Amino acid sequence: MKILEEKGIYRLLMVIALSAIAMLFLIVLFILKEGLPFIFKVGINDFLLSSNWHPLTNNYGIFPMIVGSLWVTLGAMVVGLPLGLAGAIFLSEFVPRWAMRIIKPTIELLAGIPSVVYGFIGVMVLAPLIRDYLGGPGLSILAASIILGIMILPTIMSISIDSIKAVPNSYREGAFALGATHWQTIHMVVLPAARSGIIAGIILGLGRAIGETMAVIMVVGNAVKLPNSPLDSVRTLTANIALEMGYATGMHRQALFATGVVLLVIIMILNYSATMAIRKMGKNK
Amino acid sequence: MKIKMTSIFLICIIGLFLWIMGCGKGKYSITAAGSTAFQPFAEKLAEQYMQAHKDINITIQGGGSAVGIQSALSGAAQIGMADLVILPPEAKSLTAVVVARDGIAIIVNPKNKINNLTLQQVQDIYNGNLKNWKAAGGNDHVITVISREAGSGTRSSFETIIKNISLTKEAIIQDSNGTVRETVINDVNAIGYLSHGLINEKIKPVTVNGICCTTDEIIKGRYILVRPIFLLTKGAPKDKIKDFIDYILSSQGQDTIKSNGLIPAK
Repeated sequence: MKILEEKGIYRLLMVIALSAIAMLFLIVLFILKEGLPFIFKVGINDFLLSSNWHPLTNNYGIFPMIVGSLWVTLGAMVVGLPLGLAGAIFLSEFVPRWAMRIIKPTIELLAGIPSVVYGFIGVMVLAPLIRDYLGGPGLSILAASIILGIMILPTIMSISIDSIKAVPNSYREGAFALGATHWQTIHMVVLPAARSGIIAGIILGLGRAIGETMAVIMVVGNAVKLPNSPLDSVRTLTANIALEMGYATGMHRQALFATGVVLLVIIMILNYSATMAIRKMGKNK
Repeated sequence: MKIKMTSIFLICIIGLFLWIMGCGKGKYSITAAGSTAFQPFAEKLAEQYMQAHKDINITIQGGGSAVGIQSALSGAAQIGMADLVILPPEAKSLTAVVVARDGIAIIVNPKNKINNLTLQQVQDIYNGNLKNWKAAGGNDHVITVISREAGSGTRSSFETIIKNISLTKEAIIQDSNGTVRETVINDVNAIGYLSHGLINEKIKPVTVNGICCTTDEIIKGRYILVRPIFLLTKGAPKDKIKDFIDYILSSQGQDTIKSNGLIPAK
């Protein structure tokens, strides 16, 4: 009886695990099936490198969206990376353990705030501030960068904290024994040892930033153009899909799937490099 | 183990509850989908209609005019709602009934001193040829042009009526009437356009060629930014669907439409 139960559970869990993988494959397959024929029909050059997006007159160039996505993601990194990394170093090296037990879950709560709430704050508070003090329409790369920077903070921070904590104490003791100060120990010994974990955190943050849709649509303005400054409005790849899918038919609809293919490729590359970085961290130990 | 059993039991109960709720007790159900501009009015009309006809359940969904046409074609909804000046060719096979008309108001922030724009100025602003409020008689500020996403019924009607618009690349794109309004409320230099039923005191509609966007002017036919709202059905509407559309066209239904800010069909 016990053995039967064991086997049943084993089978059940296997089916569940496999169906999760199957779902991923089905989604990828579907997006490719809908998007790839379009890319070949329009031509990779005309699709990726043209900046003419007029679906109603059959111009499908997503170059401004690719540039937009990269700008916004880069901006999110500029905002989120120093904050996340500094916070992680402080929390793991300087703060007593009991304080960290309170602070770390609080930061991780940031990840639980729905993105539409971030977007709402961006539209209501951040965009008017930017417009009044820096000029431009307010709904801009800068606004999106700040909002996204805050959104990816918990990802970068908690993975960085974990990898800094994973550095064996003997490393620190060795450095102290050589006469290094605390700060010297951190930036010459601890950070290099935790490097690959931190990089993995950064890449996962990147993935989150490039994939975020709702908050970005609300604060970035969605103008289809190549930006000249961080105060300009752009449209990201994700925003393009979400904005137009309700209305898209025929070629236009396929164009949005093709946008999804581009996004999928970018995110796959990012996730693959994150996995690689994490694997490397495992080997270093 | 005990806790686990309890939680599974709870989930089952909740699931059962939702299932029963969703069932609607075998009522005859009609789904109408499409235009977000007409959606709130359709919801009100459906509510009134259902009060009089307890055996019918009407579901109103949004999604946009293209979704309305698509779902009427595919049969996902019995009634498609579309707010376009010209129906696209794929809608030819559907039966269209005009149930209301809707003005498109051009709006600016109340702090903007502009009160009137000519049709030519509106066209220039949206083409990107007129970039500063000074050139239109306002303060020396760069205009923030706000438009809707490609395919929006409001946008395509707007562009069909104004004519020859190839939207400036500087234009900020918002994805609903409501967000256009929010953006204009928050930006002193913004200009946008939206369904005239959604005007409130926080934004200022400008007069176009000296004519204000009011129900009266639209009925008189003087205000030109007007589009029809179509209900689309596959083949001529029958039975209960026809009854519902007739209710919308009846004087009671048209009064509801009028009192909530739209313009009656006739």
